[in-house]
Amino acid sequence: MTTLRQSTGVAATRILGIGSFQPERVVTNDDLSQLMDTNDQWIRDRVGIIERRFADKDEFLVDMAVTAGERALADAGVEPSDVDTVIVPTCTMPSPIPNAAAQVADRIGIKASGAFDLNAACAGFCYGLGVASDLIKAGSAGRVLVIGAEKLTDVVEPVDRANAIIFADGAGAAVVGPSDEAEIGPVVWGSAGDLVDTIYMRDHRYIYQEGQAVFRWATTKIAPVALEAVAAAGLEPSDIDVLIPHQANLRIVEAIAKRLRAKGARDDMVVADDIKYSGNTSSASIPMALDHMRAAGRVSQADVVLAVGFGAGLSYAGQVFIAP
Amino acid sequence: MADKQLTEQDIVAGLAEIVEEVAGVAQDEVTKEKSFVDDLDIDSLSMVEIAVQAEDKFGVKIPDDELANLKTVGDAVAYVANNS
Repeated sequence: MTTLRQSTGVAATRILGIGSFQPERVVTNDDLSQLMDTNDQWIRDRVGIIERRFADKDEFLVDMAVTAGERALADAGVEPSDVDTVIVPTCTMPSPIPNAAAQVADRIGIKASGAFDLNAACAGFCYGLGVASDLIKAGSAGRVLVIGAEKLTDVVEPVDRANAIIFADGAGAAVVGPSDEAEIGPVVWGSAGDLVDTIYMRDHRYIYQEGQAVFRWATTKIAPVALEAVAAAGLEPSDIDVLIPHQANLRIVEAIAKRLRAKGARDDMVVADDIKYSGNTSSASIPMALDHMRAAGRVSQADVVLAVGFGAGLSYAGQVFIAP
Repeated sequence: MADKQLTEQDIVAGLAEIVEEVAGVAQDEVTKEKSFVDDLDIDSLSMVEIAVQAEDKFGVKIPDDELANLKTVGDAVAYVANNS
């Protein structure tokens, strides 16, 4: 029996830098009420969104991913030539062939990069961060650029008032690399494929959700995943400085925070509410929220951050990391 | 917490606590004849939160399709009484 040599990696990883991109076009609730039967108060009450950003017709997912990725590299002080793998968590590439990651890598100047897209819907960024960290620890990659990027306006029926008020466009990125200290905790992930029919693309064209069923699942099943991620990192809920749930709906975010506080998370734990001005950007929402919160001074370097994503599949993933 | 001795008054009082906590409706407003949507101004997502808390409190299962039939506080009281 022939034994094969194994690659060896490093013991620990961290996030070296982050960046994000949002399209310029701001769409307010009043703008939407011109197009469909809805209004500002109704939207704020149901989902907590005040405004969101929509990409233009000729502004593509790949364009947004490139800019977010470049910003994350600049933040990390890492040259494109120092990155060898690009992962693009996304569920809204207009066509599955080709993938986004290879062209994003090329446009950023990362040559012959390992490159793949990862579809775990709104859980995509946490899946991608977990995979990136593990690739480096296994020795399969040196530095990985993870870019959650979505153009959800492509898959939302413009006059569907249940979904058009929620979803938006943008990208958020993180550079992951080796570290002396362990600054990314183990990913806790899973799926609930029995609930596949609660979020899907109707006629392969437009997104559809069973609102109540998804809300019930997200408000009851995701806090336990987050707590598992905390335990996996060897921490207690009271150690968490910042909670960043996927920005699906402000009421889901608040319900998750409430359940974590009931289990010992601190009252002064900062809870991401980036959805207010960004809408739901699926796999982009967690890194985008982190970037915006850091810019606003709500997250500082070395803060202990708990991220948890959840969405179509249904799929979910979470981990603890140290803010760069 | 399912309790065989649960009286109708207990259920109304327990629901009122939940409704106040979820939707900010004063407990004394929560009476059997009130419609959750029309009288208490509770939206569909708040109804899910109320159902989840009622499940924990009364040890019942309230699936979404059953939830859709619970129009009034009295409907919910009867459902809990019959299923706990």
